[in-house]
Amino acid sequence: MSEVIANTSKGHIEVRNFSLAYETIEGPVQAVTDTQIHVKPGEFVSIVGPSGCGKSTLLNAVAGFLKPTTGIVTVDGERVNGPSAERGMVFQQYSLFPWKTVRENVEFGLKMRGMPRSQRERAARTLLGLAGLEAFEKHYPEKLSGGMKQRVGIVRALATGPKVLLLDEPFGALDAQTRVIMQQILTNMWQRLKISVLFVTHDIDEAIFLSDRVYCMTARPGSIKAEIPIPLERPRQQSMMMSSEFLALRRGLMSLIREESLKAMGGEINDMGMQGLSIELHGHSLADVI
Amino acid sequence: MPAIAEAGPLPAVTPPAPPASFGTLALRWYRLNRAGLRATAIGVISLLAFLLVWHLLTTYRVVFFVRFTNVPSPLAVYASFTKAIHDPKFLMHILLSCRRIFIGFSLAAIIGVPLGLIMGRFKLVHEVIFPVAEVLRPIPAIAWVPMAIMLWPTNEQSIVFITFLGSFFPILVNTLHGMSLVDPVLVRAAQCLGARERSIFREVYFPASLPHIFTGLTVGMGVAWVSLIAAEMISGQYGIGYFTWEAYSLVQYADIALGMIAIGVLGLGSSLLIRGAGQLVMPWRST
Ligand SMILES: Nc1ncnc2c1ncn2[C@@H]1O[C@H](COP(=O)(O)OP(=O)(O)O)[C@@H](O)[C@H]1O
Ligand SMILES: [Mg+2]
Repeated sequence: MSEVIANTSKGHIEVRNFSLAYETIEGPVQAVTDTQIHVKPGEFVSIVGPSGCGKSTLLNAVAGFLKPTTGIVTVDGERVNGPSAERGMVFQQYSLFPWKTVRENVEFGLKMRGMPRSQRERAARTLLGLAGLEAFEKHYPEKLSGGMKQRVGIVRALATGPKVLLLDEPFGALDAQTRVIMQQILTNMWQRLKISVLFVTHDIDEAIFLSDRVYCMTARPGSIKAEIPIPLERPRQQSMMMSSEFLALRRGLMSLIREESLKAMGGEINDMGMQGLSIELHGHSLADVI
Repeated sequence: MPAIAEAGPLPAVTPPAPPASFGTLALRWYRLNRAGLRATAIGVISLLAFLLVWHLLTTYRVVFFVRFTNVPSPLAVYASFTKAIHDPKFLMHILLSCRRIFIGFSLAAIIGVPLGLIMGRFKLVHEVIFPVAEVLRPIPAIAWVPMAIMLWPTNEQSIVFITFLGSFFPILVNTLHGMSLVDPVLVRAAQCLGARERSIFREVYFPASLPHIFTGLTVGMGVAWVSLIAAEMISGQYGIGYFTWEAYSLVQYADIALGMIAIGVLGLGSSLLIRGAGQLVMPWRST
């Protein structure tokens, strides 16, 4: 176990004066502007914001897939200039290798590092055991449910003992029940490994439930609109989601996001219009209204 | 960490079924395979009907737009088959054709697959080779026969060359297609697990392209046989295509049909071989 997961209690992410524009035929598309974020070692930080605001862009720049147009991304003081096993990534589309079994997927990073076969097999089994997947080590990903695939995705990203874990809407494609279980599993792994996590989601409850801190982004071009500390105690329980503290945080974040979502939609739909619609709907079935 | 262990919604594991009697097992097997059995039964009946129609058309020498006057009957073909399998010359024809296919097709695969992989990965190679390939590709392999005879010192080499050409382009084009469809997210996943160019090629691009490579090999094998038979009929000595054509010249009509059937069986056999190889190489795709 210890040979697999070294590198704990490090992983200080620093993003400064960051902006990123995509080159297109119609000229540059400014996706993210003037952004500063940081993640302290061992901290769990989420980024929320309306879709298209540049969350993935920011995360991909931290991963090293995109170069910032201006500004700098560093991890533990070292400038990021390309993908590396130091920064593990989990994708919404699972992105497991279909031609590798569950265990071979988990072993991949260790194989790339040149670890001998028997050693990495043992390491992969240990990790799969932690995620309750030991019975599926010989299965191909196609046969697994979405939740199991994503568990493999997380385990695979953690196998090389990265300093930080980046997740881009990892549970977005899962049903509500599975998502809750996955959140629990991720929290457990994070607490065990003391790794820094940068988590992108559009689910406000998920962000609050998981995080130490939440960044809320503006509509495109995205920048940080607000930074909200989440003072809820740990370990967190599902029941906390009904607490007044949680609900207050939720209300605050909700209104921030709502403002930005409306902006993102062009601002045509104003608050009054929305209220009018809900009043008209009152007492009628949807079919009556249509 | 009990939460993980209890959290995983593991699919229900069916308890081991109690040992069933032979009768129950047979019945269950029948139920599960009913559709397949039905298809097989109908297939056999359909083939028998085909033979019967063939038999009737030739026995009564039907002339109705097409003339069955000289067409051999199934029984005549069977008779020439029993004679042929004891005839070393017939077996040699078949063996020679198989050897030509083996050499021509193997060369096409050994050159076409790596070339397609490299073209798919390196822009410059693609830009240089693709235009030439596109110009040569529409020329049917048979149209190469005169040129092949000029190019190669021996007849044997020119026939193998034609076979090679026939299978080369389907293999190249399908490999390229497979490379162009590789999911970029998988490449990214490999990169942030520490994979470098070489490993990404071996661990991602190649396996991701395999299904299309095998489509190319299957199509290529089919075209290889088409090209081979045409080349043998035109320029050959020996080979199953030559055998079929010679049978016509020598007025041995039963051998024409025998040659045709042999070609069909060989083509079917070789495409089954490729499919089997595909299942061996891509275990994740078999159900
Ligand atoms: N490759 C690209 N070329 C041009 N524009 C892009 C590209 N990728 C993303 N964008 C644009 O940049 C903005 C931010 O995208 P993204 O980071 O994916 O948003 P999010 O993940 O928050 O939904 C979007 O408006 C999107 O249309
Ligand atoms: Mg996104």
